[in-house]
Amino acid sequence: MSKILFSSITKKLVMALAGLFLLTFLPVHLFINLMLLKSDPGPFNTAAHFMATFPLIRIMEIVLFVAIFVHISWGIFIQIKNWLARPVGYVSANKSETSFFSRFMIWTGATILTFFVLHWFNFYFIKIGLVPGNAEDFYSVAHKLFKIPAYDIIYLTCFAILGFHLYHAFFSAFQTIGLSTSFWSPVLKVIATIYAIVIPACFALILITLWLFR
Amino acid sequence: MKLTLRIWRQKNATAKGNFETYQMDNVSPRMAFLEMLDALNKKLVEEDKDPVAFDHDCREGICGSCGMFINGHPHGPVPAITTCHLSMRFFKDGDTIWIEPWRAKPFPVIKDLIVDRKAFDTIMIAGGFISVNAGAAPEANSILVPKTKSDMAFDTAICIGCGACVAACKNASAMLFVSAKISQYALLPQGRVEAKERVRKMVEKMDEAGFGNCSNTGACEAECPKEIKLVDIARLRREFIKAF
Repeated sequence: MSKILFSSITKKLVMALAGLFLLTFLPVHLFINLMLLKSDPGPFNTAAHFMATFPLIRIMEIVLFVAIFVHISWGIFIQIKNWLARPVGYVSANKSETSFFSRFMIWTGATILTFFVLHWFNFYFIKIGLVPGNAEDFYSVAHKLFKIPAYDIIYLTCFAILGFHLYHAFFSAFQTIGLSTSFWSPVLKVIATIYAIVIPACFALILITLWLFR
Repeated sequence: MKLTLRIWRQKNATAKGNFETYQMDNVSPRMAFLEMLDALNKKLVEEDKDPVAFDHDCREGICGSCGMFINGHPHGPVPAITTCHLSMRFFKDGDTIWIEPWRAKPFPVIKDLIVDRKAFDTIMIAGGFISVNAGAAPEANSILVPKTKSDMAFDTAICIGCGACVAACKNASAMLFVSAKISQYALLPQGRVEAKERVRKMVEKMDEAGFGNCSNTGACEAECPKEIKLVDIARLRREFIKAF
């Protein structure tokens, strides 16, 4: 049994399930971010306060951090094993036809992690008291950050990269948990494409709308 | 055609290899790729040089022996064929052709373009069979198999175990090979009896051999000479989950 639990397929399965859980969090976050478009800070701050205090959400927050940790740590572990599986590479470039974004998952993932750290410094660490700041008015914190051009460039770039990551991750996760079949595989690819474009684009559009109309 | 060949030469498993350059004149576009290498070897023998070692057997695309990484593709640039079926008409006069052995930790180079694919045999020995009593063949219709299932099982059973999937994969993963071997039994009633034990043992041997994990890039599917599909890997994963 222990061999099954620690097999390469199980590791990837756990990573995929953690990734799918993270996928469910993004629309929730997006829904709250949409309140940044309102000129009244009330709704956004109320939602942020609700997320910070509601017991069920607090429990889900722990699950979320476990999922992030598992997804990243297994991802790095599996990637190292993959690199070790070919100690001597080819001289001629591998021209095999592949899903383009699948080749860079570790690097797009590392970029997203870097953005996470920046994001936690700006919001989450303030909330838990690690960094000084006004935890009761994240609306103003967000709007101030959006007024910094360098932050906006990083924000938009990271969400584009998140889209690249999600495009492969969504389909790949269903393949990894064994749900892909000759019928469902094309359907899943369409859903993955829509999700990977719509979710990051909406996050980016909030910033762009604020640029244009505020 | 005049061609420049850049071929990986390595005396033995422990020697340090390097690329050697060979000029080939008068290569006919009607030649098979292996015939072209035969012509090169004839020339090398006549010059009292060591011929290039490469695996080959049936030269009919069914034994899985021949396998080389040619210009960035396992089995060359033409989809769904083995190296022995690759024709020289797919190359142009003046081309430089890079020929390398499969590169993967579980496939160590033995000599030149020959790699040791014993890791595949180890996986097959672990579970790539069904246990039946020897004796007279049973009545063919005693166990009915739906035609669609039978066809799907056959489509995976045609895997020749050449290793192109491992060679193409950026992670040197053997998941396509193992998925084909699991699927050919899992889809048939005769294979269901030992399905759980089979998938556990074959995956265990796959991991022990040091193959990488599957990133679902699709390179294996694109390069497989027998067109085994990524959905077969999904079936392998389902079978593995059922074996928990």
